[in-house]
Amino acid sequence: MLQVLLARLGQGVLVLLAVSAIAFAMFRYVGDPVQSMSREDATPQEKAELRAFLGLDQPVPVQYAKFLGRVLRADLGISYRNQRPVAELISQRLPATLELVIAATVISLLLGIPLGVYCALRPGGWLARLVQTISLIGISTPTFVTGIALILVFAVWLKWVPSFGRGDVVSLGGWTTGFLTASGLKSMLLPAITLSLFQLTLIMRLVRSEMIDVLSSDFIRFARARGLPAGRIHFTLALRNALMPVITVTGLQVGQLVAFAIVTETVFQWPGMGLLFIQAVGFSDIPVMAAYLLFVGGLFVLINTVVDLIYVLVDPRLRVRAS
Amino acid sequence: MKISMAAVALATALTAASAHANTLRWSFQGDIATLDPYAHTESFTANVLHHIYEPLVRRDRNLAIEPALALSWQVVEPNRWRFKLRPGVKFHNGNSFNADDVVASVTRLLDPAARARGNLATVVRAEKVDDMTVDFVLKGPYPLLLNDLTGIYMMDREWMQANNALKPGNITTGVTTHASTNANGTGPFRFESYAADAKLVMTANANWWDKKVEHNLTRIEFRPIKSDATRVAALLSGELDLIVPAPLKDLQRISGAAGLKVIEEPSLRVIFLGLNWRDALQVAPGQKNPLKDVRVRRALAHAIDLDAIQKRVMRGKSRNVGVMVAPPVPGYSQAIDKPYEFNPEMSKKLLAEAGLASGFKTRLSCPNDRYINDEQICIAIAAMWSRIGVTAELALESKTTYFPKVDKGETDIYMLGWATLPPMDGFSVLSALLATRKDGYGGNNPNGFSDPRIDDLTKRAAVELDEGKRRALLTEALKITHDDVVYLPLHQQPVAWGARANVDVVNFPDEYVRLWFAKVRN
Repeated sequence: MLQVLLARLGQGVLVLLAVSAIAFAMFRYVGDPVQSMSREDATPQEKAELRAFLGLDQPVPVQYAKFLGRVLRADLGISYRNQRPVAELISQRLPATLELVIAATVISLLLGIPLGVYCALRPGGWLARLVQTISLIGISTPTFVTGIALILVFAVWLKWVPSFGRGDVVSLGGWTTGFLTASGLKSMLLPAITLSLFQLTLIMRLVRSEMIDVLSSDFIRFARARGLPAGRIHFTLALRNALMPVITVTGLQVGQLVAFAIVTETVFQWPGMGLLFIQAVGFSDIPVMAAYLLFVGGLFVLINTVVDLIYVLVDPRLRVRAS
Repeated sequence: MKISMAAVALATALTAASAHANTLRWSFQGDIATLDPYAHTESFTANVLHHIYEPLVRRDRNLAIEPALALSWQVVEPNRWRFKLRPGVKFHNGNSFNADDVVASVTRLLDPAARARGNLATVVRAEKVDDMTVDFVLKGPYPLLLNDLTGIYMMDREWMQANNALKPGNITTGVTTHASTNANGTGPFRFESYAADAKLVMTANANWWDKKVEHNLTRIEFRPIKSDATRVAALLSGELDLIVPAPLKDLQRISGAAGLKVIEEPSLRVIFLGLNWRDALQVAPGQKNPLKDVRVRRALAHAIDLDAIQKRVMRGKSRNVGVMVAPPVPGYSQAIDKPYEFNPEMSKKLLAEAGLASGFKTRLSCPNDRYINDEQICIAIAAMWSRIGVTAELALESKTTYFPKVDKGETDIYMLGWATLPPMDGFSVLSALLATRKDGYGGNNPNGFSDPRIDDLTKRAAVELDEGKRRALLTEALKITHDDVVYLPLHQQPVAWGARANVDVVNFPDEYVRLWFAKVRN
């Protein structure tokens, strides 16, 4: 167990090193922070001074080494644009993104599983076919199109929910939450649905195909032969067996959702990490971009490690191999 | 914790109930960078902060400079200006405004770590003469000090001292300051709260020194929205009162909606094409640069159908120009604001005279996210040039990668917009775009343009304190750029805002939103 964990940790560090190195190699092509930070009519001398002041006149490997040195001292630096500590900027926006991801995950599970089960049980029914068709649209429409369409219908025409922002938030220690106010919940609806669509479709299709597999397996046939009630066969026996891969995929998808949130957050002006990142790209704000990429990389490593550990706990064969 | 939450909720409910009629909800495409007036160089951030902080002199309704925190001034020596301060002005925390505040503010701004210190580059220091008198010591004679001071906001010395903010933040040493998340000015609105990317709230300052209050707002909620479509949707759904800017393609939709209106005016920002002046073009190394021949430059100018661009690409909202500054800017002259006539036959003739009857190949570089319809303008121009045999290979890219290339002189023909801000004066065109790149001049003249006549005019205008003579020098230089086609001016781009019909706001060509001139009708 410990061995697995240590091996994972080592791999994680390597992944983060690779992510940050690639990021630093690419920053040069994203733009020039000195240009963004200078006045429009700044003199060449002013720009040269600023470049030296920021250490951007040094070779990229030197800049990267300095960055790593700071990260090892738990210092993510200061944003070029806001001149606020990057760690503070990220921690301020983390709650918004995580709450959005949680809401999207809940929506996709609550709708995806029943719809998947329904489609598996009535594969030829018109409703199942309709759901399947809509799900194809859901999986192939770009997020910003869905988002704008939802805003048009539910915010502009029907005026049921706000078109942007997070509504009123309540501060609990260092965490801000929109789950506790009416306007916070209303504001979350459209972005959460937009963000959940892809995952909802994925879960629905996964549940459907797994259910169809399980339903045709021997033990279900025996259960039927024994005369067990259909409800018990479908939900207690078949669904439970079909859910194992769903749990894995949902876990892995959480990382994807954080990454996908960039587009959703931009469309809905959701004050999360994705919006922070996209603005940092627009300004060539290297400290913020580097910290965000490191954070997302770390998140993926963490999720994968947790999933692996769960496998080891659940599957006795893996435990034997590890020891 | 609970009590404070309840109190906040109650307070919000009360203000919402009592004042909702005169709250103005305003949106822009980005958030402010910081609340610290000296820690940024963004004109929009300076614009928002102008509601809280104030300069010694400010712009009036017609953009003329008028006294604000300073009452009067005189040039006591060519490099020493004396300002009498306005008595009885209070900061929002109740402290009195005096000479110590001015000295502390200027010292903070001129600190090497202050990002905005270039905004007051000619000032050496401020000296207190007495409680209500301050001297500004300059490097030499400088006619544009007042223009510069319109963008320098005054901070409270005691407040900075109490909050350890006398020095600005410093990126390299990791020092951050209280002033970047808090604000205490003298302006018409007081800072109430700020949540990044979400909301900045300001409330009317009942104790503002300017008793000629022209606005009737009680509260401003600033809500940044990055996405154009969402910003328009939020205006249509009634969640906002004012959006800046309104995308050109949505203007009809906004003006057609019940209860909404569009306010538009040509902006100070003039869009033009800059040229490569080196010996060879980037696309044709080793060959003679055809752009150095004035006949070729005139041919390019005659081949651009400005009216077509104005009607089709800009939907009739822009104003075609023949000179590099807009009419309200000192140095402008109607006599030289004559665009080259659209005449492709003339272009072909000129090219033939220059020995290029079969045309030539060049590159047209443009940003696709900086100016209004920048990409479409360049596509149109490339097509127009192809009709006279000039093949302009298009290079379109995001501003973050585009401007560094322009700055390094890696472009042949490139798009640039210039609003002469913050000084709002034609001298910035001379010093940044036209003067030869050396001794601090020519910061935006990266492609080797150099004309001794213009260099001479620039140096003289830089120290000419007689306003009439100074403007004549600027106009003379701008006339040379017109006659020699140093740049190819296209148009003034429009400023368009969308607002609720019951909101009266003044639209300024410098693209500033000045809500102390705003009224909400009930």
